[in-house]
Amino acid sequence: MNYLLTEEQQMLQELATQIAEERIKPVRAELDEEERFPTEIVQDLAQSDLFGVIIPEAYGGLGLGCLENCLVLEALSRACVGVATTYAASFLGAYPILLFGSEAQKGQYLPELARGDKLAAFALTESQAGSDAGGIQTVAVKDGDDYVLDGTKQWITNAGEAETYTVIAITDRAKGARGASAFIVESSDTGISFGKKEKKMGIRSSATREIIFQNCRIPADRRLGKEGQGFIIALKTLDYSRPGVGALAVGLAQGALEESVHFARQRHQFGTPIISFQAIQHMLADMATEIEAARALLYAVARYIDSQPKDFTKQSAMAKLFPTDVAMRVTTDAVQILAGHGYMREYPVEKMMRDAKILQIFEGTNQIQRNIIGQALNKEFSKKGK
Amino acid sequence: MKIIVCIKQVPETQEIRLDPVTHTLLREGVKSIINPFDLYALEEGLRARERQGGTVTVLSMGPPQAGDALREALTYGADDAVLLSDRAFAGADTWATAFTLARGITKLGGADLILCGKQAIDGDTAQVGPEMAAFLDLPYVAWARKLTFVDSEVLQVERLLDHGYDGIEVRLPALITVVKEINEPRVPSFKAKLRAKSQKIPVLSLPDLELEPDQVGLPGSFTQVVKVFPPPARGARELWEGTPTELANRLWTRLQELKIG
Ligand SMILES: Cc1cc2nc3c(=O)[nH]c(=O)nc-3n(C[C@H](O)[C@H](O)[C@H](O)COP(=O)(O)OP(=O)(O)OC[C@H]3O[C@@H](n4cnc5c(N)ncnc54)[C@H](O)[C@@H]3O)c2cc1C
Ligand SMILES: Cc1cc2nc3c(=O)[nH]c(=O)nc-3n(C[C@H](O)[C@H](O)[C@H](O)COP(=O)(O)OP(=O)(O)OC[C@H]3O[C@@H](n4cnc5c(N)ncnc54)[C@H](O)[C@@H]3O)c2cc1C
Repeated sequence: MNYLLTEEQQMLQELATQIAEERIKPVRAELDEEERFPTEIVQDLAQSDLFGVIIPEAYGGLGLGCLENCLVLEALSRACVGVATTYAASFLGAYPILLFGSEAQKGQYLPELARGDKLAAFALTESQAGSDAGGIQTVAVKDGDDYVLDGTKQWITNAGEAETYTVIAITDRAKGARGASAFIVESSDTGISFGKKEKKMGIRSSATREIIFQNCRIPADRRLGKEGQGFIIALKTLDYSRPGVGALAVGLAQGALEESVHFARQRHQFGTPIISFQAIQHMLADMATEIEAARALLYAVARYIDSQPKDFTKQSAMAKLFPTDVAMRVTTDAVQILAGHGYMREYPVEKMMRDAKILQIFEGTNQIQRNIIGQALNKEFSKKGK
Repeated sequence: MKIIVCIKQVPETQEIRLDPVTHTLLREGVKSIINPFDLYALEEGLRARERQGGTVTVLSMGPPQAGDALREALTYGADDAVLLSDRAFAGADTWATAFTLARGITKLGGADLILCGKQAIDGDTAQVGPEMAAFLDLPYVAWARKLTFVDSEVLQVERLLDHGYDGIEVRLPALITVVKEINEPRVPSFKAKLRAKSQKIPVLSLPDLELEPDQVGLPGSFTQVVKVFPPPARGARELWEGTPTELANRLWTRLQELKIG
């Protein structure tokens, strides 16, 4: 398909693909097996300028948009979603600063994130607050010129590896949805510590840890936006980042399709390559068609977001929902096509199937995405007075 | 510090096809790449620039399409590129290649450090670097696996040997050829890719180098390829360790097994 990408976008895609092929593919199985954080690949991505994609040029970034970000994520996750998640999560942590940071905050944090010298992370989830973010217990209490944070965040991607954390904490419980605020916390601050690296089903090279705040004192100028804006900042951040999860899904599914076609042409049973069986062909046809549909939706939404509309929550949810469901189906079928081989760790598709599952869960489960889309429809139609 | 890295464009394939009559390379339909060893030389040049400051210029002699290899080298972060290209350069042997490159370097005002790959994967002679050093009357160290700057004028070099390395100190300006153990080349950067797209690559021709046609290309070459053939496979080699007595006994047993003794 030709998506009429500009020369610059194609160059970006090429570069990300080169890194995926040369640096990620050869080590992805090892990283998964050893649950090893991809430090060297993070350095490669930093060297390549790719940590700067969405950061404005004024802060040393490339000043590109959502579509470019998706193109890079897609190319990286075609090789490994674990590595691509590590990279994507740094943007998740950077978005709140980018969208709501003061000039001083942007000037201090964005250049080092754009260079990839430092990684970022985004900390919302807690043990009692998953889909229901309103249930967070972590508090930030104003004390003179400081805020003091107490509480525990759970399952935070890049925790322990990143230096810059954007954290959502309650500043005034009485105010409900207006009672949370967003803060920048640094790994070197006193009172921040990290849990052990979680053992996961998939994306095992990515680091997921608890963050524990115990009397963690930070200067008040680390607050992002106004007091009470915490949930707005979190929701806006997710609006921007969710298509990125869709992009991880499209890349992953594409990788699984390629493995499947390659295998189906090589593997002989009943004296003929299995791709000659209609049952296999039809599975491949459905996989390819769904991937193309997912990609087309993703790029359309990304371009829409880049046109800077006021509200794109529904579209952003769609760009996460559909591709990630497709990736789950496609990777499951990939294992089916490779069958016994596919079930073995020697072949990459079992990992792809394990990796696919998280995409339906994080940054809002796919049930929550459907809620968002449903609620948006309700709102749209009530406005029209129908 | 002025650093020049010499890069050669070579066919990607490992299975080289030759013209049965002229014994020259058949390049049609084969993708061209930067000679892999030269990427290590380039990386070392970029690292030297990071430590010592200065500029990295990539230099190649070849047909106009060798400009693609130079442009690719720019995407890794080289500052500029120069191509030596002229029909008269065609058919050069290593002497004529090194002579032309050396003249190019002189025309560029010389360099503090000249880096080359250990060898080219097509021609494979490993002669061009050392020959260039001879033409430029510079010291050289071949097969470097590690470079350490003592200061801006003295370089410590570890030269790879079969079983270990030599430690050598060389005064700059000098020419170094590198092996792949020396570093892990970086990936290209997007900003450099954008710059490289429109960067001008000057082309120097025979008159620019102020050379005569009989000094370059086929006429300037002292050797000619008469026959090219795959070398016979080397037999398996073994390395034994032990005391002299053990080794002597083991050798004796082995010779008997092989019915040589
Ligand atoms: C590997 C990994 C990395 C993560 N990284 C981060 C991170 O970097 N930062 C961060 O803040 N969080 C992170 N998370 C947390 C993640 O965003 C949450 O796991 C996710 O939002 C879902 O919350 P939960 O797991 O508590 O599920 P629950 O909220 O407990 O949901 C359980 C089930 O109930 C369903 N459900 C819940 N509410 C509704 C509803 N209203 N309607 C319909 N169905 C509903 C859900 O869809 C799900 O099927 C990560 C999680 C994982 C596993
Ligand atoms: C199959 C084949 C056989 C050949 N046999 C001979 C022969 O027997 N005798 C002979 O004299 N010539 C021979 N040549 C011809 C030609 O002279 C060499 O290809 C050329 O001179 C470079 O030598 P090389 O490829 O061996 O490079 P090497 O000496 O192996 O290259 C070492 C390094 O020198 C630098 N370098 C080499 N060439 C260039 C260049 N053009 N531009 C910039 N930097 C460069 C690079 O840094 C490279 O890593 C042969 C060529 C081929 C393809």
